[in-house]
Amino acid sequence: MSGTSPIVVLDGVEKSFGAVRALTGVTLELRRGECLGLVGHNGAGKSTLMNVLSGNLSPDAGRITVDGADITGRLTPQNAVAHGVRCVYQELSLCPNLTVAENARISHPSIAGVGWRRAARELISGMLDQIFPGHGISTDHLVGDLSIARRQMVEIARAFAVTRAEAKVVILDEPTSSLDGVAAKKLLAYVRRYVDAGGTCVLISHLLGEIFDTSDRIAVMRDGGVVALDRAKAFDRNSLVAAMGSVAERAPGQARGGAAIRETASIVVQARPRIPETLSLAAHKGEVVGLAGLSGQGQTELLVQVFDHAAGAQVSGEVALVAGDRQTDGIFPLWSIAENISIGSLRRFLKGPFLDHVAARAFAEEWRKRIGIRTPDVGQPILSLSGGNQQKALFARALGSPAEIIVMDDPMRGVDVGTKQEVYGMIRDEAAKGRTFLWYTTEMDELTNCDHVYVFREGGIVADLPRAEMTEERVLHASFRADA
Amino acid sequence: MTALLRKPWLWAWLGALAVWLATATFTHGRGSAEVLSAALTFGAFFVIVALGQMFVITLGPGNVDLSIPACMTLAGTVAMKTMDGAASMIPLGLVLALAIGAGVGVINYALIRLLRIPPIIATLSSSFIFQSAAIWWNRGLRVKPPEALADFTTAKLAGVPVIAIAVVLMAVAGHVLLTRTIYGRGVVAIGQNMRAAHLAGVRVERIRAATYIMCATLAGLCGYLLSAFSGGAALNMGEEYLLSSIAVVVIGGTSVAGGFANVPGLWGAALFMFLLVTMLNTFGAGAGVRLVLTGLIIIGVIVAASGGKRGT
Repeated sequence: MSGTSPIVVLDGVEKSFGAVRALTGVTLELRRGECLGLVGHNGAGKSTLMNVLSGNLSPDAGRITVDGADITGRLTPQNAVAHGVRCVYQELSLCPNLTVAENARISHPSIAGVGWRRAARELISGMLDQIFPGHGISTDHLVGDLSIARRQMVEIARAFAVTRAEAKVVILDEPTSSLDGVAAKKLLAYVRRYVDAGGTCVLISHLLGEIFDTSDRIAVMRDGGVVALDRAKAFDRNSLVAAMGSVAERAPGQARGGAAIRETASIVVQARPRIPETLSLAAHKGEVVGLAGLSGQGQTELLVQVFDHAAGAQVSGEVALVAGDRQTDGIFPLWSIAENISIGSLRRFLKGPFLDHVAARAFAEEWRKRIGIRTPDVGQPILSLSGGNQQKALFARALGSPAEIIVMDDPMRGVDVGTKQEVYGMIRDEAAKGRTFLWYTTEMDELTNCDHVYVFREGGIVADLPRAEMTEERVLHASFRADA
Repeated sequence: MTALLRKPWLWAWLGALAVWLATATFTHGRGSAEVLSAALTFGAFFVIVALGQMFVITLGPGNVDLSIPACMTLAGTVAMKTMDGAASMIPLGLVLALAIGAGVGVINYALIRLLRIPPIIATLSSSFIFQSAAIWWNRGLRVKPPEALADFTTAKLAGVPVIAIAVVLMAVAGHVLLTRTIYGRGVVAIGQNMRAAHLAGVRVERIRAATYIMCATLAGLCGYLLSAFSGGAALNMGEEYLLSSIAVVVIGGTSVAGGFANVPGLWGAALFMFLLVTMLNTFGAGAGVRLVLTGLIIIGVIVAASGGKRGT
């Protein structure tokens, strides 16, 4: 399956951000016709390494060779594309104010002259059809109006599209984190087809299942270096997790007797999506309620409805939200990590009418330790963190707030396996203390942590499943067809 | 030292110091104390309106209050006419000016919120209405301010204008409001990402309303004090405050894109703006040259300031 001739050779690549050594001499080669799986903790250096390869960051030391040409020091994003290196960014790189077709044109400058718009439309819609048949995206939509899942699809299709510039190496940084299971499967199947036709792909993911299914070789990164590299078949789940250095994965979380909570605890949230013919959702005090279904089926809208105490939702208690689309809904980019965490519970730091910044800082520092945000100092800018660590800061903001009800909008995007287990544990502990969680997730594994699951389809709730009756099959079944 | 170099307000203060020294060198020090005293007085008026404008601009892209001049004029004329020179009416005049400012703010915010008009258009169009109201009210002669009030605006304490001292205290209060209150944190959060601020629990609309009302109220106060200072209200008294209020905010190191603000820079920038014009006058530059140089120097300071790294 995997060819042998290297197309990209990274030799001793180093990169530091101030005191943080993000890459400590990485040597790695990518071969033609292979998919390399890249795994590691949040902040292990995966995204940094790929940003170096795609020309966004220039390395402090080391050499980079693409297709036999040494391009160290001359690697800019434009130059990388010219050499056939494409990147699908975790934070997405589309312009929200332009249409899908116009965004396609930006990274394919050879589309020019009269009729460029039509050419761009054909290029991107052809690619979308190939990778995500039935995607339902119009090329004339503004990207800003698309859901995050669809934006992700556009970004992926754009990276694989071939014009005058070839796509020899495609880097996928957490491509499935904002896609639902069905779209993710389509993407991974396409990756195999692309690789089998001689392309090279780097797949970064925290979902070990898809790494095993899709990769020919797997590289494990830890603390800025590659600590293990071998054929995918040489690893199993446990050896991979051990190489990453995290605690071995526990069996999928066990929800406590959800039925018992339903019988005794009072209802704190009752909400009904704003469409006719839908079930309504109820959450009891101390319950973890899952919102399932394909992505973008009205789950986020319902969470915001609950958050706003809007019409259609009866909510008793304060609500805090953990954003999943962190660029749009979560992060304050000019602020430090500490400021981003403490904004959720400012009232706690009031001394008279004034805020006590020292107390707020101490509070953020305490959460840094509790949730393991990888930074030497919470006074650093939030943007100095990797995506997964930014997400941890958003968790800290909500869990640290005094809110009794916490709504989570697919919050585990880009969070590594070890941290996920810790956060699941925190959620269970907080629920046991009487907090109520509404948890939208597109990952089946996470639903097993819930006491009760509601499945969404086309804006409404189509199934109401207690934990005991919830199976992957039933959730999928409800996601696609009307549930009788 | 590096911490000081990163302060966003540093460049405005350095600029002010540089033009003052240049003027003093040119005149061999003659009159430089008087220049400084005048700068403090006029700077105080700039800072009053810029303080409100700073909070508005910090709310994020598109947020700006263009009705400041009209609001100043309306508050000034109504207050002057009501007081009609009587000392006993001074408090009532002040209350009226502040109330008119607050009313202007409420109308501005209502246009923005209820009719969903972009702030720049809403405040511009409302300013025509306020300006016309001022013209209609002011028909007839120029009313002199009560003597006691006029004296207050020109009074000095140990050689320092009393009004400057008062406005320095206001600026300190503004600084505390920005950095140490839930309101201030909310303004800065909204300016970075309005949706994220809402979802983090910031009361976005309340804060926006309060900010527009505060800005207009400060404009009302400035109109009241300025018409007392200059011997009566005039219909064009607010004119130069439109662009100056924005320029002072931006030169002071506040981000014009929102989400990042500081108060000390307002004073530095206000002094800089006044001293710059004074310097060019002293050099005997003609009106045309003066305007060109003013523009170039402002660009220079902004470029220098944005070259430095920003910290919060």
